Amino acid sequence: MLIDYVGVKEINGSLIVIDGVKGVSYEEIVDIRLDGGSVRQGRVVQIEGERIVVQVFEGTRNISLANTKTRLTGHPMEQALSPEIIGRVLDGAGRPIDGLGEIFPEKRADINGTPINPVSRVYPTNYINTGISTIDTLMTLIRGQKLPIFSGSGMKHNDLAVQIVRQAKISGATEDNFCVVFAAMGVQKDVAEYFRKSFEESGVLSHVVMLLNLSNDPIIERTLTPRCALTIAEYLAFDLDMHVLVIMTDMTSYAEALREFSSSKGEIPGRKGYPGYLYSDLASIYERAGMIKGHEGSVTQIPILTMPNDDITHPIPDLTGYITEGQITLDRTLQGQGYYPPVSVLPSLSRLMKDGIGEGFTRADHQALANQLFASYAKVIDARSLASVIGEEELSPIDKKYMEFGKLFETKFVNQGFNENRDITESLDLGWELLSTLPRSELDRVDDELLDKYYRP
Amino acid sequence: MENNVIYGINGPVITVKGPTEFKMMEMVHVGNENLVGEIIGVTDEFTTVQVYEETTGLKPGDPITGTGNPMNVLLGPGIIDNIFDGIERPLKAIEEESGAFISRGSQVNALDDQKLWNVSLKVKAGDRLSGGEIYATIPETEIIEHRLMVPPALSGEIVEVKPDGEYRLFDTIAILKDELGIEHNLTLCQKWPIRTSRPIEDRLPTTVPLITGQRVMDTMFPVAKGGTAAIPGGFGTGKTMNQHQLAKWCDADIIVYVGCGERGNEMSQVLEEFSELIDPKSGRPMTDRTVLIANTSNMPVAAREASIYTGITLAEYYRDMGYDVAIMADSTSRWAEALREISGRLEEMPAEEGFPAYLPSRLAEFYERAGRVKTLSHDNGSVTIIGAVSPQGSDFSEPVTQNTKRFTRCFWALDKNLAYARHYPAINWMDSYSEYFNDIDPWYNEHLGPEFVEYRKRISALLQEESSLMEIVKLIGSDVLPDDQKLVIETARIIRVGFLQQNAFHADDTYVPLEKQMKMMGVILHLYDRAKEVIAKEIPISKLLSSGLFDKLNKMKYDIPNNKLEMFDDYIKEIDNKIDEIL
Repeated sequence: MLIDYVGVKEINGSLIVIDGVKGVSYEEIVDIRLDGGSVRQGRVVQIEGERIVVQVFEGTRNISLANTKTRLTGHPMEQALSPEIIGRVLDGAGRPIDGLGEIFPEKRADINGTPINPVSRVYPTNYINTGISTIDTLMTLIRGQKLPIFSGSGMKHNDLAVQIVRQAKISGATEDNFCVVFAAMGVQKDVAEYFRKSFEESGVLSHVVMLLNLSNDPIIERTLTPRCALTIAEYLAFDLDMHVLVIMTDMTSYAEALREFSSSKGEIPGRKGYPGYLYSDLASIYERAGMIKGHEGSVTQIPILTMPNDDITHPIPDLTGYITEGQITLDRTLQGQGYYPPVSVLPSLSRLMKDGIGEGFTRADHQALANQLFASYAKVIDARSLASVIGEEELSPIDKKYMEFGKLFETKFVNQGFNENRDITESLDLGWELLSTLPRSELDRVDDELLDKYYRP
Repeated sequence: MENNVIYGINGPVITVKGPTEFKMMEMVHVGNENLVGEIIGVTDEFTTVQVYEETTGLKPGDPITGTGNPMNVLLGPGIIDNIFDGIERPLKAIEEESGAFISRGSQVNALDDQKLWNVSLKVKAGDRLSGGEIYATIPETEIIEHRLMVPPALSGEIVEVKPDGEYRLFDTIAILKDELGIEHNLTLCQKWPIRTSRPIEDRLPTTVPLITGQRVMDTMFPVAKGGTAAIPGGFGTGKTMNQHQLAKWCDADIIVYVGCGERGNEMSQVLEEFSELIDPKSGRPMTDRTVLIANTSNMPVAAREASIYTGITLAEYYRDMGYDVAIMADSTSRWAEALREISGRLEEMPAEEGFPAYLPSRLAEFYERAGRVKTLSHDNGSVTIIGAVSPQGSDFSEPVTQNTKRFTRCFWALDKNLAYARHYPAINWMDSYSEYFNDIDPWYNEHLGPEFVEYRKRISALLQEESSLMEIVKLIGSDVLPDDQKLVIETARIIRVGFLQQNAFHADDTYVPLEKQMKMMGVILHLYDRAKEVIAKEIPISKLLSSGLFDKLNKMKYDIPNNKLEMFDDYIKEIDNKIDEIL
């Protein structure tokens, strides 16, 4: 029974209110037909008897109280899925925009997904070699992990993401079962184009699904983009047994879209105007990474977010950090000094690293080396802050050693070329080489056996 | 009750129009899929229901049926070694039913009702039993004896008893006749509402420490069995890691681990690690004494709110059997956020940062359920609560941390800068505190001798002194300090690196017995005392530093195995010899 509901009762931001609706279900998708024949989609976000609140994805521009006909579709938001989706370009709501026609769906899935049963998860332990020294050595990326890049406007997070995609060697992945899902939310056209071109140049474009919600695209559609992307990723990983790397940029735009939606709905805001459920909402995205028993595939997420005002305590990076398994933090000062990638080592972390490195994975000394590098570099920061007060000349000899070590660490270890692919052994050896510039007694995180083997002053 | 239907839907909050007969906090089934919900508001116009599952697809007009009972959990054998979601649904059974993704409206029984348990009856016909007394026991795992207790509200005379043997969960094994002459069937299980604490006979003073094997916790900031502790810390400071360490090593009989709104991969790690890890005391896998409650961050938010109560109720049940139970809640901030989220949907007037005004009273209610008690079965038991707090923006002045501080007596403040320098556990020794010293110091004196408490006092005094010296060093460098102050800094360094820092991945260092902790402190202080003699003779400190003693002590945690404590005597001798040489 298809009924058209004519007109709306109220319009507020991206929300419309329709009265007298029967048989509607929560989160159902509705088609809204405008006078001119154009069709928009909306989702039921609140029901009170026969009065429903609908969120219009394309925005409410040109909608009046009388010029619409609304029809219930009878199902929640779904994503069309088929193996042919690989290599396609979709809009922010998962519809093709590359002019190659509709996707003939083999299956449709609710974009909200369902939570993975913690019992069914496989604890991720296979590391991904990214060829970037800082990441491989100090915050190793693990297959099935969610490891965001905390960046700021104008920093080189896009280059870093591209380099990771190009160089990533996932154990178990071959040419045929490796795939990238790229979701752009509120990024500029040329950024999206940069990614496309880089994928093309590195020859992975035919393995990429792109979802583009650019900065001038409807904002509410942005709240769907990561969900569509992850629905596709889950399909590729758990139905087609592929290893999927999901890159989502920029999560800050996503959270802002959510805030806009929440405030137009009149919800009580939490911190900085973001809705109280921002944590749960972000979790429903980030938690869709991992591996499942009985399936070959994996979903690894690298979300990128720009920290407003470079502030890591801002709600978006803060809540993200509480959900994701670590973070790669970029630093403006390092970038200003001309270092690429400007990875700020100390606040960066990979929580899954400890079980994916060492004997049998990378090298037996990896963990100890990483701990020592972190500890020594932390002392560099102390020495620098002391030097800024009393001057470098006045530092004690050991602090001077640390100043030297810090400089070397940044120029040789952190700094590396955009096209430079360093093997894990190379990175680890480099780490030892730098540590060897410090007196042996300063290396208190490493036992003597390893020092005997690797310490070469 | 038949005509109650859904009127409005807003996220997990559902309203029913018109007056209903539902009671506050009654458990209800919502919609055709029978989703589990709870009544959280009743007026003559609307009844408000919070639903513990995703509400997508529900329609106005779908039925809501009451169960007549408050939200409760099933208590009986089979809880240990299991993993539940926030409302006690067994995740392993759900996996068998619906695969790797959790589907809605699952109707799986909380406990396996087909499994045969080996029951030994402890009563005979004619015995008089009051609530909480034990009528049968079951070996639940190799190390845990499950004691079946008369539900607290019942008492009377046993009129019939089945022989010892194998029974299923709902089989009647005894019949109890109460004062009114009504007969009650006693089975292997009972139900208890999660938001009500289970009754006890009396509270006991918290005089026994919970031994964790973690040096900074045991010596500097100990928590008592039956006490409360909070671990606040920003992301990456090691809250979860500390909780895992405690769950693995603390000397409670039973661990209830509540993963409340945290990561799925972490729960799978716990599952994997705990089944492989052998408990040194019992020689059995850790899972034999562990209950897991996993409501990960992407699982429904209302069930996250309930998971804390489910966890504490299971803990109290085992406490009543006479066990020492420790419950780890990771993280209570996620629980508070769930409260905030639901409160927002109810359009309640918010207090600080959008949290509801009743946040402090809810936190107090929860932490008050900890305690060391005399149980109704005349035994001693305890529930220790260790709650992680995830302050927004690592800012300890936010409402959840502040209110938690009011209701917990032990505070392990995690520090971002320590974590950045990979100093783990990143418990800041200046900001943390424990209020249990007075209660448990007699225990230390009795079991380890008076030195332990004295060493601790000296160690914390040294750290305190170092901290004020560091203020000066930060401004003018360490070179200008006189040698006796330099010695304080050097000694404090050993305390920090050699003692407080602990390696959870090192076979010996992951758990350190109290005797070794004490000896380590003793050796460090011995070196300090002897070194002071050197300084007093105006011999430059560089001579001391080049003796290698300081480096040696830094590494003693690795060099001295936990079972070779006599090696400490050699250390003392070596210190004496080398210092005598310098002198």
